[in-house]
Amino acid sequence: MHLPPFETLINAHAAELHRFLVGCVGPTEAEDCLQETFMSALRAYPRLHDADHLRAWLYTIAQRKATDVIRRMARRPTRVLDGVEPVARSAPEPIDDGLWQQVRALPAKQRAAVTHRFVLDLAYAEIGSRMGISEEAARQNVSAGLRRLRREVTS
Amino acid sequence: MTDDLERRLAAGTPGAALDLDRLRAAITHRAAEEGLIDVAYGAYDSPIGALTVMVSDRGLVRVSYPGDGIAAQLEELADRVSPRILEAAALTDQVRRQLDEYFDGTRRSFDVKIDWRLVRGFAREVLAVTSAIPFGSVSTYGEVAARAGSPRAYRAAGNALGSNPIPIVVPCHRVLHAGGGLGGYSGGLDRKRYLLNLEEAS
Repeated sequence: MHLPPFETLINAHAAELHRFLVGCVGPTEAEDCLQETFMSALRAYPRLHDADHLRAWLYTIAQRKATDVIRRMARRPTRVLDGVEPVARSAPEPIDDGLWQQVRALPAKQRAAVTHRFVLDLAYAEIGSRMGISEEAARQNVSAGLRRLRREVTS
Repeated sequence: MTDDLERRLAAGTPGAALDLDRLRAAITHRAAEEGLIDVAYGAYDSPIGALTVMVSDRGLVRVSYPGDGIAAQLEELADRVSPRILEAAALTDQVRRQLDEYFDGTRRSFDVKIDWRLVRGFAREVLAVTSAIPFGSVSTYGEVAARAGSPRAYRAAGNALGSNPIPIVVPCHRVLHAGGGLGGYSGGLDRKRYLLNLEEAS
C-alpha cells in the first residue's frame, strides 16, 4: 500500500479543511483546530491501512477536533464570576451575523453536513463520503440542520 | 428550492485567511519535538544548482539535483522509508553545513551518518567502495567493481554509480573511464567536471 508523503497532504488539503473548520468552530479557533487535526493525523499516519480515503479520514479527524473545541467553548464561563471580567478570548467575528454561531450549536453531524454543503459547496454524495455516511444520510443531516436553524432564526 | 436561510448560509461564510506558512512551521516544530518526522528535507543552494537534502532518522538518505523530480523521489521515500515526510530544512542543517564547507574547499571528507535503505545488493558494495576514494583522487569503473568483489562487473558498477542516491557525499564523481574519459554522471557532466576541478584546486 502506498501512502503519499505527509507534506503533500498538508499542501493539498489545508486550505479547504481550514474553510470547513471556520464554518464549524469560527475563525478564531479554526487554525488551532487545523493544527491539531494534522498533528493527530501525523501520529496515526504510518498505521493507516486504507490509502483510498485519505481526505475523508482527514475530515473525520477535523470533525472530531471541532466537536472537542465546541464542547470546551460551551464549558467556558460566559458570565461575570465574583466580579472578575472574563478575558475576551475571541475577537469579534467579521462576517458573522450570528447565523454561524447557531450552526456551531447544531449537533455534530448536522453541523459538519451543513458546513460541507454551504461552505465547501459539495454534493451530497461527496459529503457522505467525507463523513463516512451514505449520500441519503448526508442529505438528511443537512435538512435536519436547516430545519433546526429555521426554527431558531424565526423564534 | 433555495430559501433565504440557504442563501445566507452560502453567502455569509465567515471569512478568515489561512496562513499556510505559519501552520506548516507550527506542525513541523511540534512534529520534530514529538519525534514524528521520519524523513525531513530541505533545499540547499550550491554552486552547481539548487539541491534538495533528504535526511531520515538514520542519516542522509538522498541528495537531489535540480530536475531529478523531487515529488517522485519523495513518493519513493514514502514507500521505502516512511510516509511521515515533512519539509523541515532545520533538520538537514548538519549536512548543509558540511556541504558549505566542502564547496568552500575547507572540508575534504563528510562526517555524516548515511541511510543506505535506497541502495540494495551489489550497488551497496559499489557505493561503499566509492565512499573510500579520497578527496582529490580518482578511480575507474573497473577498479571499483573489483574492489566491490566482481572485477568483471564494471558495467553493473557503472549503473550503481549512475543511480547513486547520495551524490557529492558519496563521491561517485571520482570514478572515471579507464582511458581517462569522464564517464557518466547523474547530475550531468558539467557538474562532474566542476566537482573534480574543485577538488583538484583545493
